Amino acid sequence: MAREKMQILICGGTSCSDKQSEALADNLKLELEANALENDIKVVRSGCFGLCNLGPVVKIVPGDVMYVKVTPDDAREIVSEHIMKGNKVERLLYKDPSGKTKSAEKELSVYKKQLRIVLRNCGIIDPENIEEAIAHDAYEALGKVLTEMKPLEVIKIIKDSGLRGRGGGGFPTGLKWEIAYKNKSDEKFVVCNADEGDPGAFMDRSVLEGDPHAILEAMAICGYSIEAHKGLIYIRAEYPLAVARLKTAISQAREYGLLGKDIMGTGFDFDIDIRYGAGAFVCGEETALIHSMEGMRGEPTVKPPFPAESGFMGKPTNVNNVETFACISPIILKGASWFSATGTEKSKGTKVFALAGKINNVGLIEVPMGTTLREVIFEIGGGIRKGKKFKAAQTGGPSGGCLTEKHLDTPIDFDNLTAAGSMMGSGGLIVMDEDDCMVSVAKFFLEFTVEESCGKCSPCRIGNKRLHELLEHITKGKGTLADLDRLKNMSYVIKDTSLCGLGQSSPNPVLSTLENFRDEYEAHVTVKKCPAGKCKDLMEYFIIAANCVGCTACARVCPVGAITGERKEPHFINPSICIKCGACMEKCKFDAIIIQ
Amino acid sequence: MKKVKSPADLRKIKDEVRERMYSKEKIRVRVHMGTSGLASGAREIYDFLRLELEKRNIHASVISTGDMGYSHAEPTLEVTLPGKDPVVFGNVDKLKADDIIENYIKNGEYVDGILPANYRKIE
Repeated sequence: MAREKMQILICGGTSCSDKQSEALADNLKLELEANALENDIKVVRSGCFGLCNLGPVVKIVPGDVMYVKVTPDDAREIVSEHIMKGNKVERLLYKDPSGKTKSAEKELSVYKKQLRIVLRNCGIIDPENIEEAIAHDAYEALGKVLTEMKPLEVIKIIKDSGLRGRGGGGFPTGLKWEIAYKNKSDEKFVVCNADEGDPGAFMDRSVLEGDPHAILEAMAICGYSIEAHKGLIYIRAEYPLAVARLKTAISQAREYGLLGKDIMGTGFDFDIDIRYGAGAFVCGEETALIHSMEGMRGEPTVKPPFPAESGFMGKPTNVNNVETFACISPIILKGASWFSATGTEKSKGTKVFALAGKINNVGLIEVPMGTTLREVIFEIGGGIRKGKKFKAAQTGGPSGGCLTEKHLDTPIDFDNLTAAGSMMGSGGLIVMDEDDCMVSVAKFFLEFTVEESCGKCSPCRIGNKRLHELLEHITKGKGTLADLDRLKNMSYVIKDTSLCGLGQSSPNPVLSTLENFRDEYEAHVTVKKCPAGKCKDLMEYFIIAANCVGCTACARVCPVGAITGERKEPHFINPSICIKCGACMEKCKFDAIIIQ
Repeated sequence: MKKVKSPADLRKIKDEVRERMYSKEKIRVRVHMGTSGLASGAREIYDFLRLELEKRNIHASVISTGDMGYSHAEPTLEVTLPGKDPVVFGNVDKLKADDIIENYIKNGEYVDGILPANYRKIE
């Protein structure tokens, strides 16, 4: 390879774009041209460095020198000093609170908001090659546990780490294991809940696809701790790739003697099988999941007895979520205090969120517990699409609630989210902007729960259906103020009387939108208008005569012939024919069509 | 078949594989092929890279991995040049992949669309 060329990297993260990184890139290019260096030195736009509060950042290679908070006017100095003379521009280097300058990217990485524990190997190892997993510490914790520790010692570490169930409930994992350990039986089971049902959440899938051995190892560790010898992974058949990679991983682990009889020569037996689910949301609830695995209908039963007492086949069973299991090996290897050093007082470690909706950087992120919603959405997530205004973020999927602007600076953890009327759930985070109608959002989530209700108990089966009808009524403009009270009352009844978590949490989206966006509900029932312009029955397309040039584009695209008018004369929409499809508005080049 | 009979055996495999994976001379390319990657066409990029690298006489190991979570920029791939930190490229199509081979893999010159590591790792 030729001598290493000097290159300039500028972060083009969307949140930095606001901070003029575009102009900075242009200025740098101009400066290079002015010095006839444009062919020797390349200016490259990159994604976000995760240092948004220091942005825009400029990185110069070789040397990995990072300049922070660079303005377009700094381009000249960077080129004349650093590029041409090789002197660092001291004033643009990051200084820590003690005044020490830090120039290398590695030194700055402590300021990055994301910390990857669960996703540590995703995208790094070949999931179909156990040796690569082993090279990245897989099964090391299992070896340590089997040769150096007693079951109760393992349980103590997990308890001390403060790890809580990542599936949504937030129950302390160590405590769960301890209960399963204390229930003596000839046979016990370890179950991994990979039935990820929240719309928009896909962290479990990514972990299983990217690092399946982490889960197998953690299940074996759990098996050793609670004295079980059989593990079952309950996964939806809709995840074919995850299933295929799990199967490969299981057979490779057996081949290497890391699953099966006499693991690593220690005399401990543990094997894992896969059970398929048909993708029912309710089967994420542990009792329903267990019934489904037993070959029965996926319906929940009353707890107690808890699965730790009487679970799969009536035997003590410990059910944990994929993400929970993914935390186990690092805790064993690095210790409880390492894990509990991250996070908030009652929620330790990190949480993976699946960012979805009207956000720029859609995808998976992993942040320490206690990171604020603002940091997640506006820094890591790159802000709202098309520069629109943030309205709300739904956490916990159809069981959770929405967080609004006033919650932006609340540190996210289990308890704070519950206090805000939402819940952690499995970590789906759906972002909504000013164009989203909150009544429709609540209706959307209820539609989901109505479809997914197993039908066993009447509050959930009938109540949610009635709630949905009421919302439908409201979005059609037929609601009254009394309906809002009815919504609220019915929601509480459903919450209080439903059998399982699905029904107990399904009215949450209604309650939280009603609480945070009551004015929007009122607009729907009193003046019969949808402020966001989303509810079809409450809006009317209208042509502003002054803007219309009479190009006839709208009239030609209208599928029902509702638009009339002469060429070069203002057109008119007949509201009694209009089906509100919006085709005309998309076609109009003159912004003459508006929604009223 | 290597049967792991003790934690010491495991360590041995670990050291061996690490040596092999991170040997200083080797160019490594990882194509992120989880569901999100595959849905955006990562398979095509993977095949393209394997074929083209061979055609152009570049010795590199191309492997498929899971996704990193950059759903907004799939397909993504990571290139590690000998003795350098890995670099991840996003929104890779065949044209971009060609660009990456010609500019980055051959000459160490960056191309647009780099996704810097915006996270801390354990260790």
